[in-house]
Formats: sequence, C-alpha cells, structure tokens
Amino acid sequence: MPVERSQIAFVREEQLPERSPPVLETGALKWIRENLLNGVTGTLLTLVSLYAIYFVLSSVLPWIINGLWNTNNIRECKDILAGMSGGCFSVLSDRWNQLLFGITYPNDQYWRPSLAFVLLLIALAPVLFSQVPRQLLVFSALYPFIAFWLIWGGTILFSAVALIGFGVAYMVYSRLVARSFAVAIVVGLLAAVVTWWLGGFVSDAFPDFAALEVVASRDMGGFMLNMILGVVCVSLSLPLGILLALGRQSSMPIIKWICVVFIEFIRGVPLITLLFVANVVLAYFLPPGSNFDLILRVIIMITMFAAAYIAEVIRGGLAALPRGQYEAADSVGLDYAQSMRLIILPQALKISIPGIVNVAVGLFKDTTLVSVISMFDLVGMIRGPILASTDWNGVYWELWLFAAVLFFTVCYGISQYSQWLERQLTTDHR
Amino acid sequence: MSDGVSEINQPAMNVSDEVAIAIEKMNKWFGTFHVLRDIDLTVYRGERIVIAGPSGSGKSTLIRCINALEEHQQGSITVDGTLLSSDIKNIDTIRSEVGMVFQHFNLFPHLSILDNCTLAPIWVRKIPKKEAEETAMHFLEKVKIPEQADKYPGQLSGGQQQRVAIARSLCMRPRIMLFDEPTSALDPEMIKEVLDTMVELAEDGMTMICVTHEMGFAREVANRVIFMDEGQIVEQNEPAEFFDNPKSPRTQLFLSQILGH
Repeated sequence: MPVERSQIAFVREEQLPERSPPVLETGALKWIRENLLNGVTGTLLTLVSLYAIYFVLSSVLPWIINGLWNTNNIRECKDILAGMSGGCFSVLSDRWNQLLFGITYPNDQYWRPSLAFVLLLIALAPVLFSQVPRQLLVFSALYPFIAFWLIWGGTILFSAVALIGFGVAYMVYSRLVARSFAVAIVVGLLAAVVTWWLGGFVSDAFPDFAALEVVASRDMGGFMLNMILGVVCVSLSLPLGILLALGRQSSMPIIKWICVVFIEFIRGVPLITLLFVANVVLAYFLPPGSNFDLILRVIIMITMFAAAYIAEVIRGGLAALPRGQYEAADSVGLDYAQSMRLIILPQALKISIPGIVNVAVGLFKDTTLVSVISMFDLVGMIRGPILASTDWNGVYWELWLFAAVLFFTVCYGISQYSQWLERQLTTDHR
Repeated sequence: MSDGVSEINQPAMNVSDEVAIAIEKMNKWFGTFHVLRDIDLTVYRGERIVIAGPSGSGKSTLIRCINALEEHQQGSITVDGTLLSSDIKNIDTIRSEVGMVFQHFNLFPHLSILDNCTLAPIWVRKIPKKEAEETAMHFLEKVKIPEQADKYPGQLSGGQQQRVAIARSLCMRPRIMLFDEPTSALDPEMIKEVLDTMVELAEDGMTMICVTHEMGFAREVANRVIFMDEGQIVEQNEPAEFFDNPKSPRTQLFLSQILGH
C-alpha cells in the first residue's frame, strides 16, 4: 500500500513534558520484582532462602541473646540456662587475657604488647596507604626495634644496637655499591656483624638501662603469638620471595639453581614437618648449650615456607609481563636493578597481589599450627589450658567461634585492603 | 601507501662523513638457524636508512643487535665509537645513546606519560626531576601531545602511544634512533601522525634506521634503502634508484608484490 507523503512528514511543535516512570519500574518495587519475584522459579527460591535464613537465625539468635557473660564456670551456666538455648560466653570474659596473651605472660605487663599492637597500626599506615605522610615511614622503620623491646623487654640498648648495626651496614653498602655490588653486600654484612658483636658488650654492660621486665619467648602465647608470627613472617617472606623469584629467573646458573632447589624443596614439604624440625631436630645441629630462641626458629621456618610460595606467585607475575617491557627498560639504558625496581616489579607485583594475599592469609592462619609443637597460641590456649580446665570443659562453640571471629577479622581486612589496593593501582581504565 | 608523508625540507637533511655505526662481518644464529649472515654496514651521522624485506629476513634482528637487545656471535658492531662487547657497562652506555621505538610501543603502563618520559633521564642520566620534566614537555610538544602528559598509556590511542614512545626515546637525547616497524600495529589514520613525527625528526638531522613497510616514507625521507632477504643484505641504493630501477631479481619480486596493489 503506497504511503502518502503527508504521512511521512512530521514536525514537532510542542515539547513533550518530562514524566516520572511507572511506579513498578522504579525503586524498591522494581528491585523486589526483578530480584526476588522473578518468575515461578525465582519466587520459589526466594521462599526457600527465606526459610533457610529463618531456620539459622531462629537457632543462633536465642543462643547469642540468652548468652551468659558473668558466670564462674560451665556448671553455673547450665544451672542458670536450665535447658534453654544459650551460649556460655563467660569463658571469654573469664579467660580474656589468657586468650590474648597466653598463660605465662606477666599480668602487670599486658600494656606492653597492647601498646605494641597500637603502634603496629600506626607503623603500617604509611606502608599500606600512600596518602599518609611519607615522613611516618621513619617510624615504620623503627617499629620492629621498638616492638621487640616492648614485647620481650630488657634494655633498650639491645634494640638500639640492632638498629645501629643495620644503619652501619647500609652506610658501608652505599659507599661501596658504586664499585662492586657483591663486595658492598659482603662488606656491609661484615660491618653489621662486627657492630652487633661490639654492641653486645655495651648492652650486656648496662642491662638496666631503660629496661623493661624481661619476658622469655616461651611465655608468649594467645592471639598475641599468632599476631607476632603472622606480622613478622609476612613482612619477611615478601622480600625473600621477591629475591627468590628474581633469582629463579637469573641468567647466572648457580644462583638460579640455589633458588630452584630451595623453592622446590620447601614447597614439597608440609609446614608441620618444618615446624617439628624447628622444634626438635634443629637443636641437634646447634652446638650444645646454645640457646636458639624457639620463636625465632619457628619464624625462620614459616618465613621460608611462605617465601617459597610467594616466589612462585611472583614468578607467575613476572612471566605474565610482555617481553617488550623488559626490552623497553633495557633500551632506555636502565641497568638490571633499576629496570627491576622501576619497571618490572611494580607491574609484576600488581599482577601478583591476589596470589600474594592468598599466601599471606594462609600463612596467618597456619600460625595456629604452632599449637602442635606445644606453643600456646590462641588455638593452643583453647585446646590446652582452657578446655582442659574443670571450669570450662565443654564450652567448644563459644571458644572456637571467638577464635574464628578473630582470624576472620584479620583475614577479611587483608582481603579488603588488597582489593582496594588493586583498584588504586589500575591505570588502564578499561 | 606512498601518500602518508607531508612535504619535506630536504636541504636540512645533510649527511656528514662521521661514522655513527659500523658493522663488520656480523653473524648471528638463533640456535643453529643462521639469521644474519656477514652483515657489513656503515651508517654516517645524519643518515636516514630504511631497511625493507620480507618477514623473517632478519631486519628487526639486525637493528636489535645494534643496541644489544640481541647478542651477535661473530664480527663487530661499533656504535658512536664504542665497540659493543659483553661488558654490561659498555652495553648500557650504548643503549643510553641509542633510542629505540618498538612495533608495540612498549610504554610503561603503570607510569603516567610524563613519568614514562622522565624515568630514564632521571635514573640513567641523573638529571634533576624538574629539568627532566621540562625536557619531557618539550618533546611531548614536539610530538604534539603535551596535553596528555598526566594520562596513562592505556588511555591513549595507538598513534598517540607511539608518539609518546618516540618522545620517551628523545628525552634521553640520543644520537641515533632505531625504529622497529613503528607503524605496523597502527590504523591508517594513525600511521600518518607517526610518520609525520618521524619526518620532523629526520629534518632535525637525527641519524635514523627504520625497519618499515612504508615505502612512501622510504622514498621521501630515506637517503638509503636496504633490502634484506634470508639474513643477508641483498641490495642497497638511493631510494629513487632502488624503487625505479631495482637490480636484483629478488628485490624486483618484492617490490612488485608490495607496490603492485
């Protein structure tokens, strides 16, 4: 049918007014219709889910709401609850300090690890967030020494000597590095050892100078021990992992094979065996009478274990970079160290963030394995002294839930931070 | 594609007698595969050389040997009076004097355009940051994208990225520029903007070696065209003579194939 010309031609003469969309197409109603009542299957699934949520909450909520916080032992809980559903959270308030600090850490010194924890947050801020003033990094660098003094006690001279040793090593290194990298490293290390050795006399001579009560490693326990192991091992294993990953890519065969053997061996062994080695076997190799701190041994083992994994994660990141990036860095004249530090590692580490976080979170949770070699970390405390006591024998749910919440808080925090960091580092704006 | 190039100021492009690059009896193997065979090539300061040839003929490998991105096994390469050896210091010296532009740009994606340009001057030449930034802006203006200085490479078009890559090389104030198929990954529109930048560079008297399939550029800008096949230099001549009157049958075949449509 032929269309007449007058039907095609059209000129708008008045503007159509703006109208609001139909009620069912906006806001909560639209959301409900699209997400909860989307067809028969959708509606059914919504009903099933609602019932599941009701079921869980109806059993958990009374347990939490009726929970008791002020009884002296589990029998009092049972008497008061008289068959009602309710948690016996009194164990947490009763044993709060033991859960956090272990049994043998001196009661009047709890402020020291607590202060160390607060300072940790301050020291981490400039490392984690680039918006924080850079000057605070000085504090971050000093933090390990302060924390050691706070937690273990003794004279502050010990920490000071350790710090000065690192300072001397760095000065010697930066003097010599222009001439030869290898010589600078070796002489720098020697200088540090000599400084520590000489400084040892000084700190031994004045054991009471700015001294805190000494707390031995075997007195560390509770969640504090997990935090110490987690923080120290993560911060040590990352640089070690980077070195191992670079070493594995090295064109120098000896360095390459040392790294390959190390990584493959450590990865092929369960962490728990390494911990047993740290606990028992290592003592056979050390000269008799030498007192090699147990926590230090455990830190070394966990660090090596995590470093091997992190090295492989970073190797993946390095392999994912296009070869052109290496060539471009070379072609503008950067040397190996510069091209790694400025071009290759920033990109490779960014790619590796999810994998590194995976290892870090795993490592943090694996610190509970030390309970197997009879150290009283949070899990060790719960399994041992608390559940074994006649007062609290049988309060499993409350204690393990508490442990889960503590670990979840830290791990979820790490995970959220890493996702935020990834968004910050995005430069491709796809 | 002989129409990609703007008019050219020929008299400015003088060639001196000074030798910039001398390659003598250079041989290279990939495993047992003989990629470069007895290459002899002398490049004079201010010369603009285009290397053409089918893929796999070794032309990219040749210029990558000049700044030691590839190692050669026999013969000698002398760049700006420095003999290329396996000494790292030696290699870094040559690399800081020789700029390189890649087919895939190879900008540093985690750094802003400005940082891409200032990185090497600051770390290799030890130039103060402020001065390096001024130099960088100068060259970004030269390649006509100063307004993109604060963006990241991922936000730029291919042509813009390649011009940044050229600016990045220029910031090191190189005496020689190598171009490894700089326009092969670009859309036709962008090819022109990159070629224009290269022409300007030529007019400034830069010593240039370009591996390219842009025969228009070769004809207009080069003062020598080299044809390579199977790892050997088959023919080299002035562009007019090379295109209008090729001697070797291999060259004739190649030219008929790429100019025939």
